[in-house]
Amino acid sequence: MSPRTLRLAVIATVAGAFSGLFGVGGGTVVVPLLILWLAYGEHEATGTSLAAIAVIAALAAAAHALYGNVDLAKGVLIGIPAIAGVVAGTALQQRIPGSAVSLGFAALLLVSAGFLVF
Amino acid sequence: MDLDLLGVLVAGFAAGVAGGLVGVRGGVLFVPALVLFLELGQLEAEATSLVAIVMVSGVGALRQRSYGNLRPRDALVIGVLSPAGVAAGVVVANLVPERSLELGFAGLQVYFAYGLVRRGLSPPPPEDGPAARTSADA
Repeated sequence: MSPRTLRLAVIATVAGAFSGLFGVGGGTVVVPLLILWLAYGEHEATGTSLAAIAVIAALAAAAHALYGNVDLAKGVLIGIPAIAGVVAGTALQQRIPGSAVSLGFAALLLVSAGFLVF
Repeated sequence: MDLDLLGVLVAGFAAGVAGGLVGVRGGVLFVPALVLFLELGQLEAEATSLVAIVMVSGVGALRQRSYGNLRPRDALVIGVLSPAGVAAGVVVANLVPERSLELGFAGLQVYFAYGLVRRGLSPPPPEDGPAARTSADA
């Protein structure tokens, strides 16, 4: 296993572990680690994080579906406006410098940390 | 328009925008919206939110791919290997006091935020995405 793949495996394990611990999405762990540890650009980190989340969520959704916990119609109902949102969000992001994405993500992390502490 | 439907539309759109901007999955908005507006229980809402998350992250990843911001192999490695981490996290969650875990994760988030602020305030690296390259070329 190459050092790079090993790092990706560590990122995956850490992201999964925090998902198991707190139910948080992997993005809050994957995006900063891709940027800070693998020297990703901010836009690449967010794009790659989304693709990883799609895989993770699909596996989790399939597991929940086996237990009958998934309401597919309601999931699709809220997913449709979300698709419009993500198309708008990704288009907007291309007009924002990577530094602003980093600073915005840092603000998001600090708010999340504040909720955990207080 | 029905207020519950309006709430679903607003929450879904906002979660999608957040996913597109910063690459997070938006469950923090999906789950309460499914509970409040579509009358699902907490477990069903968390499970059902995954359907929306697959939709939004899948479309978002395809959009980012069209912008040249996706490394599919890396994403696949992270996605496929993360369930092992989930299992480890569940085990740890049952061994360590909840408050310690919360404070530990908060500390990690502050550390990440510090690193990102330092990076955000420094000159952009040459391998940054298309927006930064465009602004640098302008």
